[in-house]
Amino acid sequence: MKKALKNPGVQAFVASVICILLGLLIGYIVLLFINPEGAAESILNVIKNFFTWSKPKTQLKQFGNTLSKTMPLLMCSLSILFAYKVGLFNIGAAGQYVAGACACLYAALAWGWGWLPCMLFAILAGGVLGAVVGILKSYCNVNEVISGIMLNWISLYTANTILAKVKEVASPYTMYITDMNPSALLPNLGLDKLFGNNKYVTLAVPLALVIAIAVSVILSRTKLGYELKATGNNKNAAKYAGMKENQNIILTLVIAGGLAGLGAAMLYLTGYMRWECTQSSVPGMGFNGIAAAFLGGLNPIGAIFASFFIQHITDGGQYVNTNFYSSQISDLISSVIIYLCGFVLFIKITMNKAITRNEEKAAQKLKASDAKAEKGGVQ
Amino acid sequence: MLLLIQYTLIFSSVLILVALGGCISEHSGVINLGLEGIMVIGALGGALMMRYCQTESAFLMVLLVILAATLFGVIYSALLGAACINFKADQTLVGTALNLLGTAAATVFVKAINTAANPDDHSSEIEYIRARKMFILNIKGFEFNWFMLIALIAVIVIAVLLYKTKFGLRLMACGEHPQAADSVGINVYKMRWAGVLISGALGGLGGICYILAGVSIWKFENGVAGFGFLALAVMIFGQWKPGRIALAALLFGLFRALSNTYVGFPALASLNLPGNVYNMMPYIVSLIVLAFTSKQSRAPKAEGIPYDKGSR
Repeated sequence: MKKALKNPGVQAFVASVICILLGLLIGYIVLLFINPEGAAESILNVIKNFFTWSKPKTQLKQFGNTLSKTMPLLMCSLSILFAYKVGLFNIGAAGQYVAGACACLYAALAWGWGWLPCMLFAILAGGVLGAVVGILKSYCNVNEVISGIMLNWISLYTANTILAKVKEVASPYTMYITDMNPSALLPNLGLDKLFGNNKYVTLAVPLALVIAIAVSVILSRTKLGYELKATGNNKNAAKYAGMKENQNIILTLVIAGGLAGLGAAMLYLTGYMRWECTQSSVPGMGFNGIAAAFLGGLNPIGAIFASFFIQHITDGGQYVNTNFYSSQISDLISSVIIYLCGFVLFIKITMNKAITRNEEKAAQKLKASDAKAEKGGVQ
Repeated sequence: MLLLIQYTLIFSSVLILVALGGCISEHSGVINLGLEGIMVIGALGGALMMRYCQTESAFLMVLLVILAATLFGVIYSALLGAACINFKADQTLVGTALNLLGTAAATVFVKAINTAANPDDHSSEIEYIRARKMFILNIKGFEFNWFMLIALIAVIVIAVLLYKTKFGLRLMACGEHPQAADSVGINVYKMRWAGVLISGALGGLGGICYILAGVSIWKFENGVAGFGFLALAVMIFGQWKPGRIALAALLFGLFRALSNTYVGFPALASLNLPGNVYNMMPYIVSLIVLAFTSKQSRAPKAEGIPYDKGSR
């Protein structure tokens, strides 16, 4: 048990669980504060999400919905954690996600492209946006957080303008891909049968999982990953060692942007969602990605589970008792979790201190008993 | 034209207040990326005061609203202070969390009180038509807002505070070289707390000023549309100096005001650009400006690095 606690992976897991529990507790307290009557039931519904339904078949179908929305979130969180490993905070993932959504929807609806070119186009759009942040960062020394935020808003308004050309006449939403161009829908690969004929469960699910593993391998097992991480640790040292530090920064953000763009394609090309051309705020997917990345201990495999959890409670928000509460309670819980993730370092240090203190005590005791035994031996 | 000047001045006032907040926090060594969230919470405090305070006296109303916004901002910024100064958390991460939390918390809270007042009302809006009139002095069609004056005063006060007082010089020392400051007996933690809390007060003021700028009803789901980050761009463009920040804010305010008033200019209206282009303007301008000014930026040297007494 003690040995296990020393393992950094286990520590990260324990810290994340602490963050989740505290986040849920604070959410519960907020609900209690608003109205004590239905608080317990509502917070349980947030945690249960699709289990709130009584029929197993409906549960399975709703599970499929959550799963298909987890994948874009996973892509966004991979985008953020990949950049973070290189010392960059890619808050622009939200904008890169918007660029991807704009690219794939426009290609699908206006040009009638198939799903694969649409998806590649989305990756390209996200990557280009990432490249802008990277170039500004490496050649003009612009803080990537601020340029990322500016690009988020620029891409939101651009997407609204461009996608207005393929929107329905009577509503602010883009047209249905299902009606206009079914060839742009991601193939189901028979996965829909597993989830009570949920047609939104597609190729995106296995693809996202494969990409998460690929990111993990790239970061920890390849020369590229090593160089990128070295650049993140110390730009000057990397330069001195002969690495092209500026190109590395740009490359990182291009990859990160591509991941976020791909994430958008994974959602919008299922037909689950349509773009609203009058929306006045950037979609939260990119920001929730931050929560998932940090909650997963900045580990691509951890991000899979963290993304699922975040999407699970985000979807669970719709099951609160709307007579008193609003579904944004889940946003509140996930932002509290991000805040608490800031304390992870502190939690880890505290754990390590406690362990060393215990060990020292044990060692002292051992010494004392040894000394006693020796004494006894002499007599 | 008058309308353009009016909107430029009021949006500049918002940017000045918030950018000064960012400036003072960074001079103490803490990057305050949570300004956006602090603005939302400050706006919430002010809006609640405007909704529930029934006073007829304009002076009292202005005073109470300002106090409420400041207080909310200060309390909320304490979350940043605790995490970043005492627990040495990642400042970017905590700032981002505060931005998300600000909007989420304000939405949940406002929706809860709206629903409690009327079970069918699920909106996140607060309305303050009557109170807003008390902030405005109509001079021949020009709507003078008291916040324009407050922003001007803030520039002068902060400039004097930073460069002419013992407190200000010590605060800046903590952002440049905290170890040196500590060695001559300055309490770095206290100074950084002071910087963060003052920035919270200014951010809260900026938030209430923003929602009073052009409308009489605010939907809290929308947050403050990246204004906190625009203010940070203003701060960088202003090179962390209050006077220059004020000038930079005027430029950015002008571009923001254009999106409200471009319809009134025949020359601009005849270009027939979609409204979204004007909405994008402030963000595009700030990107371009940052690209040209960040290279020789004079940021406080120790900003963003948690102070650890034991490290050398």
